[in-house]
Amino acid sequence: MPDFMIYALLGGLGVAAISGPLGCFVVWRRMAYFGDTLAHSALMGIALGLLLDINMNIAITVVCIFIAVSLVILLKQRQLASDTLLGILAHSSLSIGLVAVSFIEEVRVDLTGYLFGDLLAISPTDLAWVYGGAIAVGVILAILWKPLLMMTIHEELAKVEGLAVDWLRLVLMLLFSIVIAVAMKIVGVLLITAMLIIPAATARRVSNTPESMALNASLLGMLSVVLGLTLSYYFDTPAGPSVVVSAFILFIFFYLARPQKG
Amino acid sequence: MTLLVEAQHICVRYNDHTAVNDVTLTINKGEIVTLIGPNGAGKTTLVRAILGLTPVSSGLLTKKPALSIGYMPQKLQIDSTLPVTVNRFLALASRHSRNIDDALKLVGIKHLGQKPIQAISGGELQRVLLARAVLRQPELLVLDEPAQGVDITGQTELYALIKQIRDQLGCGVLMISHDLHLVMAATDNVICLNQHVCCSGHPETVSNDPAYQELFGQTGAAQIAVYHHHHNHEHTINGEVVACQHDAPSITQKENS
Repeated sequence: MPDFMIYALLGGLGVAAISGPLGCFVVWRRMAYFGDTLAHSALMGIALGLLLDINMNIAITVVCIFIAVSLVILLKQRQLASDTLLGILAHSSLSIGLVAVSFIEEVRVDLTGYLFGDLLAISPTDLAWVYGGAIAVGVILAILWKPLLMMTIHEELAKVEGLAVDWLRLVLMLLFSIVIAVAMKIVGVLLITAMLIIPAATARRVSNTPESMALNASLLGMLSVVLGLTLSYYFDTPAGPSVVVSAFILFIFFYLARPQKG
Repeated sequence: MTLLVEAQHICVRYNDHTAVNDVTLTINKGEIVTLIGPNGAGKTTLVRAILGLTPVSSGLLTKKPALSIGYMPQKLQIDSTLPVTVNRFLALASRHSRNIDDALKLVGIKHLGQKPIQAISGGELQRVLLARAVLRQPELLVLDEPAQGVDITGQTELYALIKQIRDQLGCGVLMISHDLHLVMAATDNVICLNQHVCCSGHPETVSNDPAYQELFGQTGAAQIAVYHHHHNHEHTINGEVVACQHDAPSITQKENS
């Protein structure tokens, strides 16, 4: 197997492993559209990174956190329904990002790579970012698992019982932003949400505790990466979309094959 | 007597609308305070303000420092994508699994522990929330319409259970109810709310108060009438028939026949 395939595999597995538990929170808290908006805004992060000539991962994380916090504040005022507001912001931020990137003439930007991922161009440095991010997110999730779970079950109950709900919500946003930044290289802004929610939704069929659902989501995501890359290697299909197609096939398979647990 | 909560002239306003107007109340340790009032009277808003979920616009709200609160919200909807059993839900409130069994036994739903929390009925969920409150051993128990969706017999049982928990934990209780007659036996202090406090005091005093009768109407005040019969047996929550354990609840009756 050529080096680039090994890097692609390692990178994909790292992203899938951490997308599992975080994707469960997206599904439980009904944040799919929110995650999508956040992922789309990552393109603005790329524009910022290019303009200021700073590390791409840091630029994306910073922009995502900024957008996430603004979204939370915007969604609190109930002038527009939240799906309308998220729809406006998702596509506006994507377009702003695309327009901004086009202004930067001195750099040739591979847009397709950012939109759909460029799994086969992963470098050892990228791998270090993926695993650094995954470990950081994993550790924080493990420490805050119980309060995060309680907040997800009932936010007001958690607040009355003395949990710092606002702070926890912010931490969850931070975790999303980090995962989006490191996952972008793998599946691209348009497909990140898919990697978060498809394995988690599939895992629901075979899990009866929150923890097993998180673990199963990771394993299913990793299996999708292996299947997707195999597909890509032998049939020369685009890597990111192949991974998502594999995840979708697993989803269909488990929904047809098994009754829902618990 | 330890003072748990003291509200002095508190108001809650949304834009131009005043939901709670100049309410003064106290909740002491070991005391059951019931809020009653028509729909839209601001009962839930007042409770949320006391819990710190809604900001108070004016007035003074003081709570005992580090007051631990057990809360039973009006609705608890848990997304069906989250696989959580009743036991797990309770485990998030307590570290000892033995206590969980005891708490479930106390509220009479020991058999539900392994069930997914989305699969139990509304009345059963209310009992789960009560069990959770017991596990946390709070100083103040706050219940927003605990008897919602529970039939009349179940309601009487539920209120008796709340009283029993109060006796056991020695906690203060603040609850919202629609029906004074049902909560009478298990209440020390009733506050009749319609934005402002219409009247308050001992349940029997309140039910005879002109302000209460005006608010609910003469017929409303003696509403329970409709249908009431004495059982010679009772059902446990799982439907088994057991002998009558207590006398029929002291409910004001109006004979229609």
